[in-house]
Amino acid sequence: MRVFDTKVQYLKYQVLKEVSGQAWKDTLMQNFQEIPKIIVPGDEPTMRCCVNKERAILAERVKMAMGGTRENPNNIEVLPMACDKCPASGYEVIADSCRNCLAHSCEQSCKFGAIYFDRDHRAHIDKDKCKNCGQCAQSCSFSAIVKRERPCMKACKVKAISAEGGKSASIDNSKCIQCGACVYKCPFGAITDKSYILNVIDLLKKSAQGKGRVYAIVAPAIYSQFKYAALGQVVSGLKALGFHTVVEAALGGDMVALKESRELSEKGFLTTSCCPAFVAYIKSAMPDMLEHVSHNYSPMVEMSKFIKEMDKDAKCVFIGPCTAKKGEAKLEKSKPYVDEVLTFEELQALFDSREIELEKLPEDVLDNASYYGRIFARSGGVSEAAAQALKEQGIDFEAKPLVCNGIEECTKALLMAQKKLKAGQMPDYNFIEGMACVGGCINGAGCLTHSEVKNKLEVDKYGREAMEKSIKDAVDAVTM
Amino acid sequence: MKITVCVGSSCHVKGSKAVVDTFKRLIEEKNLQDKIELGGTFCLGKCQDGVCLEIEGKVYSVTGETAEKFFEEEVMGAL
Repeated sequence: MRVFDTKVQYLKYQVLKEVSGQAWKDTLMQNFQEIPKIIVPGDEPTMRCCVNKERAILAERVKMAMGGTRENPNNIEVLPMACDKCPASGYEVIADSCRNCLAHSCEQSCKFGAIYFDRDHRAHIDKDKCKNCGQCAQSCSFSAIVKRERPCMKACKVKAISAEGGKSASIDNSKCIQCGACVYKCPFGAITDKSYILNVIDLLKKSAQGKGRVYAIVAPAIYSQFKYAALGQVVSGLKALGFHTVVEAALGGDMVALKESRELSEKGFLTTSCCPAFVAYIKSAMPDMLEHVSHNYSPMVEMSKFIKEMDKDAKCVFIGPCTAKKGEAKLEKSKPYVDEVLTFEELQALFDSREIELEKLPEDVLDNASYYGRIFARSGGVSEAAAQALKEQGIDFEAKPLVCNGIEECTKALLMAQKKLKAGQMPDYNFIEGMACVGGCINGAGCLTHSEVKNKLEVDKYGREAMEKSIKDAVDAVTM
Repeated sequence: MKITVCVGSSCHVKGSKAVVDTFKRLIEEKNLQDKIELGGTFCLGKCQDGVCLEIEGKVYSVTGETAEKFFEEEVMGAL
């Protein structure tokens, strides 16, 4: 458990590692049904009510590790059997905690007349009248009123998850932005991201036979991950897996910063396009704002495209903290360039499936991007990079960014901008930096460990270590 | 003739940019744009020997300091 935040992540990792290990040996097809038994070998249950249920759920996890349900276009799926159907009844009085007091502040606080009392003066909530405003919970001196909410629904800020009639969670694909917040937050691991780890193994195997060169394009958030080893050892580990070489997606960030800042100065108002969950949100919730989304590629696609133009036999695998990138890679715009996407969680499993111990490897080098490309990984970074890119290109245009940290802030900013633009006015800002995850990519669902503050410090430090100090220098260094 | 200079991490920190800049300058000075195509790559598999470059399947090792001499001798000699 040294590298993960939760046991749910560890369980997912065990499955991915086992599936990968079998795939390397070409024994997966004959053995995949045995994997649940390999992970839970005894007769005693370790997580649930009985081993049979544990194994049945593990079989579902194996399926997800092998690509999940093909017919479902969403990369995030519910495993109904794993869902504990947590209570989602809204505000409730905890009988033991209600002191049957005289003050009845709950009743006073409720504007909807939803609180009533029984013969023992104990408070109850009339569900038909309750609007779930939470005033009663705040007013109670005994904290006797709680909100019963499913962690997945609480995590999903775009309201894509429902649990009608106390059933298993269900995802509305038309609203889901594949950010993976629910994946990380479900305490039962009942929502999970599909893995394409087998496709990556396939690419690496073919490359070993001389068919194609596989490039690992790593997201800058990597610097806050795999902290038990040095970044240079992670690079060595990737090469030991069979990757031809490792390139920073942040260099794609530098390229995007130059183009996006020009686009901003030409259009006068722009929203960023690097976070695929943010773009997906605009597509589903505010399609009329789509015209303002930057037409530039994301750093992942930009870098892959650059590599493929350099090397026609290249295969590009993006490795990052993001589940939404799995969706972005499948878009028509990205498809020709990005072959596969892996998360850091999946990369850890891939290393261990080959028994690659990063701590024992020599340190290789990773240094393609500038500080500005690297800080794309955290909230505020893209705005800083855009301002810098305007300066470096001598463009006389003042960027007035609004940094939106998390999808809730994005929603507010977009709604305000939409209102102003509709009225023919300009918002107070001309550049909306949208990041679906709070903190930015450093807090993405596919991270091994999550920590907004610590990971930000790590990424900033990594940024300062870049050899190239300006965006243009980093891009010029690879441009012929 | 195609010269492919490695601009991957290892060669980058060893000064691939200086090599590329030198080559670009010499190609222009000598008006060799039609004869030499300068390209980049992210790895030639010999990171310890960087800065690496490849000409017709053969990998050479140069530095910012030796780039001009290399160009005059190897590149001009082969043209």
